[in-house]
Amino acid sequence: MIDHGRLSRLAALGAAAAIALSACSSGGSSPAATGAAPTTGTSPAASTAASTAPCGTVNIAVNPWVGYEANAAVVSYVLKNTLGCNVVLKNIDEQTSWQGFPTGEVDAILENWGHEDLVAKYITTDKVAQDAGKTGNEGVIGWFIPKFFADANPDILTAKTNPTVLNKYAAQFKTSESGDKGQLLDGDPSFVTNDQGMINGFGLNYKVVYSGSEAASNKAIQSAIDQKKPILAYYYTPNWFSSKVDLVHIEFPAWTQGCDKDPNNIKCDYPPYHLNKVVSTKFATSGSPAFTVISKFSWTNEDQDLVAAYITDQGMSDANAAKKWLDANPGKWKAWLP
Amino acid sequence: MAAPSVGMLRRPELRLSTGAQLGLLVVVVAVLFVPFRGTWNLAHHDDASLFKALNGIRDWVDANRTINPVFLYIFGPIRSGIDALSEALTFVFDHLSWVAVMSIATALGLALVSWRTALLVAGSLAFIGLFGLWTEMIQTLVLISTAVALSLAIGIPLGIAAGRNDRFLRLASPILDFMQIMPAFAYLAPLTLIFLIGPPSAVIATLIYAIPPAVRITALGIRGVPSETVEAATSLGSSDAQILRKVQLPMARRTIGLAVNQTIMMALSIIVIAALINAPGLGESILVAIEKLKVGAAVEAGIAIVLLATVLDRVTAGLSGSPADEHRLRRFDPAARRRVLLVAGALVVGGLLGGLILHAGTDFPSAWHVSIAKPVDQATRWIEINLNPVTDAAKNIVSKYLLDPLQTVLETSPFWLTIAGIGGLAYIVSGRRATVAVVISLAVIVLLQVWEHAMQTLTMVLVGVALTMLIGIVLGVAAARNRIVSAILRPINDAAQTLPAFVYLVPAVALFGPTRFTAIVAAVIYAVPAVVRLVEDGVRAVSATVIEASTSAGTSRLQMILKVQLPMARRSLLVAANQGVVLVLAVVVIGGLVGGGALGFDVVAGFSQRNFFGRGMAAAIGIVLLGVVLDRITQGAGGRRSVGSVARRIVFGAASNRPTAM
Repeated sequence: MIDHGRLSRLAALGAAAAIALSACSSGGSSPAATGAAPTTGTSPAASTAASTAPCGTVNIAVNPWVGYEANAAVVSYVLKNTLGCNVVLKNIDEQTSWQGFPTGEVDAILENWGHEDLVAKYITTDKVAQDAGKTGNEGVIGWFIPKFFADANPDILTAKTNPTVLNKYAAQFKTSESGDKGQLLDGDPSFVTNDQGMINGFGLNYKVVYSGSEAASNKAIQSAIDQKKPILAYYYTPNWFSSKVDLVHIEFPAWTQGCDKDPNNIKCDYPPYHLNKVVSTKFATSGSPAFTVISKFSWTNEDQDLVAAYITDQGMSDANAAKKWLDANPGKWKAWLP
Repeated sequence: MAAPSVGMLRRPELRLSTGAQLGLLVVVVAVLFVPFRGTWNLAHHDDASLFKALNGIRDWVDANRTINPVFLYIFGPIRSGIDALSEALTFVFDHLSWVAVMSIATALGLALVSWRTALLVAGSLAFIGLFGLWTEMIQTLVLISTAVALSLAIGIPLGIAAGRNDRFLRLASPILDFMQIMPAFAYLAPLTLIFLIGPPSAVIATLIYAIPPAVRITALGIRGVPSETVEAATSLGSSDAQILRKVQLPMARRTIGLAVNQTIMMALSIIVIAALINAPGLGESILVAIEKLKVGAAVEAGIAIVLLATVLDRVTAGLSGSPADEHRLRRFDPAARRRVLLVAGALVVGGLLGGLILHAGTDFPSAWHVSIAKPVDQATRWIEINLNPVTDAAKNIVSKYLLDPLQTVLETSPFWLTIAGIGGLAYIVSGRRATVAVVISLAVIVLLQVWEHAMQTLTMVLVGVALTMLIGIVLGVAAARNRIVSAILRPINDAAQTLPAFVYLVPAVALFGPTRFTAIVAAVIYAVPAVVRLVEDGVRAVSATVIEASTSAGTSRLQMILKVQLPMARRSLLVAANQGVVLVLAVVVIGGLVGGGALGFDVVAGFSQRNFFGRGMAAAIGIVLLGVVLDRITQGAGGRRSVGSVARRIVFGAASNRPTAM
């Protein structure tokens, strides 16, 4: 038997060196480096790697938010250019991604927000998927209001000890869609939400109104801030848009194990989310070096926000944004290599 | 509850008996509504028993997909077959440089239509390239070609059968209706369940939408062959097959060309929705741009879609040969025709060689890049910030005085009274058969446990259709009476009909918030062009003699419009209302993505959240049934069941640049 492992490690090392070199020679953040086609610095090494490394094809789901896209950009760049993997990115939502595990359509999800029901079905019962470790990103889900509104009405932030304080403001959050109640704007129906349960549990005079998509929520929040109108919204960080809108998190009594057991009656805030990666069992046991990279992949909220900002504000392609961050943080990504 | 809908659908000229019947219906419904309001309301539950049962079906499919023979030997091969076809096309395009693609397309425009079309083709493609969307356009082209090839392969034989066999046509008609009324959005979830995510599912989604016009128009073409001709051929001893091959098909050739054209337009109209299940191309560019709130980038991709539609429409219009084109072709003597073909051939060869010599890649050179994204973004932001106070107020007024009261009536009316009222309306305007269909559809909506949300969606559709008709009639009459208005409106109409609604959803949210009204605005923008067109044609068709007679009798301009032109164009108005209803419904559902709620949101939820699959399925079927109800009532009012039902569908949702095929 030929030692494929060592061979691929060698190839990977070569490619990694090439990346590092290109990073040095191009001076990191010079326009030439960022503007260049994504593979220029590494193409020779990458092509050698492609012919020898047993990486093969990796199907990565890309869920519809920019933070996720940042994860996918960086991971796929490393996989392509150091391991010579053929990375196939699939733009699909969370539920559809999990559905892809048993069929082989999806090998990896790079940012998973809880989803206990899916974990129970696909990991615990069907055993077609498994946890691949934390991404290092800490997710916060909760109710947010514009900062100007919090400044003008500071007692709304006492909801941590006195949730019913929100009822005082219900009339101000009323819209054409919420009848005579205050409106709580929820987003994409596939995102995790306890909001109706919290409204019931805390006895709040609010109605959940779904915007139907993240884009619609973001736009509605931006527009409310433009017009200096109050808005109460389900929101979360890390989130590429959070740097553009000045929002304040309304905290409720802290989450404790089991406090959100009855979905119709919840008397606590959302739990903190330690975002993780999920891969198909088939992929995890395939011996692919890509699995190692994906399971070792880990970075901070700031890292993700930075790459997300490259993609959105600076209009960079995913590959260029990834390259810019990788060039600047060689220490971080080298730790992910097999 | 029937009052608003009756008012909306009322014929301009009612015979007394019908009017009395409607009046009686309103009185009876109102009398029953007062004591019973608030009772027998079927409140919505997210976990209705039927939704759970449907979830069970989903779980079964998930568990058996890899072992069940139906999946292994039927769905699996269909999926791989479609995949292979699109891979083959991708392979072809992967080996054609952009120079070659451009010259072949231009040559086609020249050979099939005219010099002017050839220039239009070249210019449009160049623009798409300059926007940096060449690769995406090719991906879209592959998807469309695959879907259209399959649609025609299935649709034309079925259309021939429907053209030659009355019973087959009767059997196929409701199924085709169903396929066209059902918003594509609604069948994505079941499709991905069976065919998984990716291009094959997207192609099948497109097929469902694109096959009906292929069948219908082909049947229309075959039926359009005069029966005397067929009889003559029969008496001369021609066999059935000979009649088809030698008489019916050649004589229907032009109409079948129109079928090709309309099938392509249909396929193009759902590429953004197809992108929701991972179909690559321009549709995906729009979704990605919207997700980042980049309106400018979405507009660029939207314009690319409009340009691609224009190119495909103009080139395939050559196949159907509208009168103008025929005129153009007739001008050519055979020698000139040969010269044109020679030039076209030279263009193809030149393009292929030129691509090789210039080492042109498959992608348009990125150095030649033009972007309008920034100014569009800035302009949109300016509009969003400065117009919001006005638009927000408009939204609040319509919501408070139109949407809310109507919704309250529909929600608090006992379900049996609502069914009886709508059924009664159907009976009066459309007759017994339509009534049966309407009542059964409403009863099934009850059984689906989506009644409350169906009433909310119905509210939005009714308000949307009312606004659409109002705007459509005003613009249509203006265009019919004034050549300049018509000339200005036509390109705007073309663009509004082809530009995917998704492009303007984001600014609409900024102006109107995530609300029901936003969904209605998007639907109105989408539906108005078809209505304008039908009204314009209808009013134009009023004979000049009538107009002259009225003018000489001293009729004022307003009187002319209200008393002469509109009443005489009644049939066109009713067809327009029917079109409007179906188009508005299709987009109101997408409104679920921007705060529209109701059935559309249930479908969105069902598509993206596993636990809501059953709810989404039930809502999807509910939407179709609602479509059947609205369609049957307005179709009956239009009073053209046979030929009309075939012909009126032709313009449905289509991006045809010719006035209409009616």
